[in-house]
Amino acid sequence: MRVADVRARLERLGSSVTFHVLRLGFASRFLAYLVVHSGTALRRFRLTTAEIYFAGVLSLIIILVSGMFVGMVLALQGYETLQRFGASESLGVLVALSLVRELGPVVAGLLFASRAGSAITAEIGLMKATEQLSAMEMMAVDPIARVVAPRFWGGVLSMPLLAVLFSAMGIFGGYVVGVQLIGVDAGAFWSQMQAAVDLRNDILNGVIKSVVFGIAVTWIAVFEGYDAPPTAEGVSRATTRTVVTSSLAILFLDFILTALMFTGGNHQ
Amino acid sequence: MNRSTIDLWVGVFVVAGIAGLLFLALKVGNLASFSSSSQTYQVQAKFANIGGLKVRGPVKSAGVVVGRVTDIRFDNESYEAIVTINLGYEYQFPRDTTAKILTSGILGEQYVGLEAGGDGVMLKNGDRLRLTQSAVVLENLISQFLFNKAAEGKPEAKEPAK
Repeated sequence: MRVADVRARLERLGSSVTFHVLRLGFASRFLAYLVVHSGTALRRFRLTTAEIYFAGVLSLIIILVSGMFVGMVLALQGYETLQRFGASESLGVLVALSLVRELGPVVAGLLFASRAGSAITAEIGLMKATEQLSAMEMMAVDPIARVVAPRFWGGVLSMPLLAVLFSAMGIFGGYVVGVQLIGVDAGAFWSQMQAAVDLRNDILNGVIKSVVFGIAVTWIAVFEGYDAPPTAEGVSRATTRTVVTSSLAILFLDFILTALMFTGGNHQ
Repeated sequence: MNRSTIDLWVGVFVVAGIAGLLFLALKVGNLASFSSSSQTYQVQAKFANIGGLKVRGPVKSAGVVVGRVTDIRFDNESYEAIVTINLGYEYQFPRDTTAKILTSGILGEQYVGLEAGGDGVMLKNGDRLRLTQSAVVLENLISQFLFNKAAEGKPEAKEPAK
């Protein structure tokens, strides 16, 4: 009895591992196929432009407003703490570095996953459920090249721009609260920021992070949509899974990228 | 939504994104200040102790940033630190310039301070600064102070025994 119990558990573990490995392999092959067959999306760039509008332009409002508020809160909280050490002039450094290095790419990525990623999954999933993708295949149109690739590139191109705008807006919000409302010296705010933020180490690394997050989120979104069971329940589950998986992926990748980018700096 | 409206908005979005990046690069990151590709020359200085000096730390003269620390190494023969600094070409210093390791503020970062000497010959690329002054280590300062106090106290203590 005991042996059978252990055996059943091991089998369950094994089948779950096999399932996930297979799914990861399928997702990787899907990405490779997608990249190879994205000629149409890039040659007929209008297809991609429409998706940039959908994923990027329509996300602008939520990104800009959240960026503004994140920067304002950072300035308020940072001022309270820095003031205790008599270092309130460093407020600009605090706001700029935390936004450019971390909060910009990560929060913009999370918002992008829930605003655009979920919509991409739902759209592709519904197209599959209503057999629009099969209909395309019948007409000898490759649905991956025609439907999935433009959405993928639209997301990948939008995400870095959104993250940069988030950071810029956040720094502006920090300036409004820190300098205009609290009264930190404007010269110290900008000059200390400029002295401490490095173009390559901070800004470029932040942009690289946002590119990686953009690829991860859009990949997960298009794959979950394409892989969704063609039922109402399946599409809704796939949409939920997109948001959860891409949020976790962003936070995990952020840890890895931060460990690679920002820890070796002190003993170059 | 017709096509040209979409194109217009995507164009606005891309321009706004690039403007944001430029804002970060110019206003926040200060691209204009000493990037490694601009015209610089390199000099070295040996210090007995560099304290908390870091690579990319500023080099200042009269409070103005004139260069950056590019490399910090340990010399195995003299057991001293060799600090390599890049100075902008527009800032020429005499050969007997003194380099000191100073601190901005009480908790602030450490930087290399240059004090010009009176020599007529200017520093060239690859030169070495001979006159240096190490960082002040707080523990040494305190122990010096305590030893001085103790040395002051001793004669008084001995007097009654005389």
